[in-house]
Amino acid sequence: MVEDRHWSSRLFNVLNYTIIGLLALSCLIPLIHVFAISLSSSAAATGGLVTLWPVDFTFESYAYVARRAAFWQAMGISVLRVIVGVGLNMFFCIMCAYPLSKEKDQFRHRTLYAWYFFITMLISGGLIPLYMVIRMMGLMGTFWALVIPGAVPVYNVILLLNFFRQTPRELEDAAIIDGASQWRIMWQIFVPTSTAALATVALLSTVYHWNEWFNGILYSSSPDQYPLQSYLRTIVIDMKLTNMGANDWQALVVVSDKTAKCAQIFLASLPILLVYPFLQRYFVKGMVLGSVKG
Amino acid sequence: MQKSVKAPSLRSRGRFRKELPFHLMLLPGVIIVFIFMYIPLSGLIIAFQKFVPAKGLFGNQKWIGMDNFIYLYNLPGAISALRNTVIIAFWKMILHLIIPITVSILLNEIRSTGFRRTAQTLIYLPHFLSWIILGGILIDILSPSDGIVNRVLGLFGHEPVFFLGSNDSFRGTLIVTDVWKEFGFNTIIYLAAITNIDPNQYEAATIDGANRFQKMLYITLPNMRMIIVLMMVLSLGNVLNAGFDQVYNLYSKQVYSTGDILDTFIYRIGLLDAQFGVATAMGMFKSVVSTIFISVSYFCAYKFADYRIF
Repeated sequence: MVEDRHWSSRLFNVLNYTIIGLLALSCLIPLIHVFAISLSSSAAATGGLVTLWPVDFTFESYAYVARRAAFWQAMGISVLRVIVGVGLNMFFCIMCAYPLSKEKDQFRHRTLYAWYFFITMLISGGLIPLYMVIRMMGLMGTFWALVIPGAVPVYNVILLLNFFRQTPRELEDAAIIDGASQWRIMWQIFVPTSTAALATVALLSTVYHWNEWFNGILYSSSPDQYPLQSYLRTIVIDMKLTNMGANDWQALVVVSDKTAKCAQIFLASLPILLVYPFLQRYFVKGMVLGSVKG
Repeated sequence: MQKSVKAPSLRSRGRFRKELPFHLMLLPGVIIVFIFMYIPLSGLIIAFQKFVPAKGLFGNQKWIGMDNFIYLYNLPGAISALRNTVIIAFWKMILHLIIPITVSILLNEIRSTGFRRTAQTLIYLPHFLSWIILGGILIDILSPSDGIVNRVLGLFGHEPVFFLGSNDSFRGTLIVTDVWKEFGFNTIIYLAAITNIDPNQYEAATIDGANRFQKMLYITLPNMRMIIVLMMVLSLGNVLNAGFDQVYNLYSKQVYSTGDILDTFIYRIGLLDAQFGVATAMGMFKSVVSTIFISVSYFCAYKFADYRIF
């Protein structure tokens, strides 16, 4: 293009690449920094010598984490939570989104049900009443408290139902003429043609369950029931330096723990780091489908 | 249209049989939502009770009218939590619009596909990390004694800044780090809108002699008008959402006066001090105000942008 040769356009290009480049780096550097610390010696990390490259390279902190049973137990709970939680989310999403995606002439009460779910997006009882209900149901201190209360992710249901509605009606009509039941139509026509939307929903739900920490703390009766993020909170946040004076003797203990902390932070973010770049097109689709409707 | 019939006619019976699978499919979801959304909603009555947890959610509690609300009104920390919430949420709402819009326009101007894709992937990254991970990282890199940020500031002769521990900088730190976490992910929606712009518009402008900046200003931006208005309207619902996850993992006692928000306040008085009634009263206040804002925002989005959620 001719205009790109103009000096102002060239200057803009230089500035633009610089700004975007710096923004992108700002998102990556903190994690590299943490990774570099996790591979450095305690002394170098404590002395603040590490920036983006390990100093006195060592795997010591990872060896320490490998021996730390609490970390792996929490990791195990998180993995289980993701498997069960995402499974439940997918089940409920499909079962709710499919009937809600029908037109009014196929399903008279569609709008009524849609409002029933939609209202929960507008108003909620908040922290304390939900806490009381979970206690009342006897879920407190059980694994189920982490996966059942949020089993119907209403936002994802709406996302999926909007996708289901794009499936051509003719497919369904043909199946009905062939005598297929609604259950078969759901499983054998709608689900297979909606893999992109299902992948999006699965991704959202996986990230949610992997990252969720608050319920993990709230509904557990002891720290050995914590999922990974809740466990991580106890070691990286609860003992933060801002809570202590600089001369506090405890600070010394915490600081020497720095490399191990960084190793655990890095390991906990690793699964998502490895997965999200490859699922980009799914969450992009999900975002667009979720917010620009109509 | 279905006419109301007095006796179940054959037609409506057949219709019910045909629709029965839909009701059955919805049943499990309806039950879960009822138990974990609607029962807690009715549990908001706690706000008007002197609530004793041992007696249970719908037990024989003592009714005290508006006492919990009056108590809250006179509680010094409560009003400051409300003020902090509104201030923090306001700036987050504004910047969560401006920064992603700007970045998406800038990204669109990058011609090298490889560079653009890489940058996009990287700026999505923080969105996927929890506030526990980011909290841990931020506490480390923002530390006044050996944090990397203060070391860089030190190179320029700047005094160390106590980002997370001083009332001068805590709110700013919250706002900036939250915008940093989400700006990349929020560009997705705007980039999608830019992609949908008809290329003919740009070609016509080029023929008319428009330069690059004129095209950004008079084609790209106006074409994003609808989505910008929509996002603006929808963000209204966040007026009392200052971000519990973030604040709870970054704040400490010394910054309560500028950093304590409604959600953290509710958590502390409710679950740590076990004042369930008072905490629920505050939760109810938040819930009612938020509901009004969310409803109005959906209504406006529906009216002005033809936005329908389902």
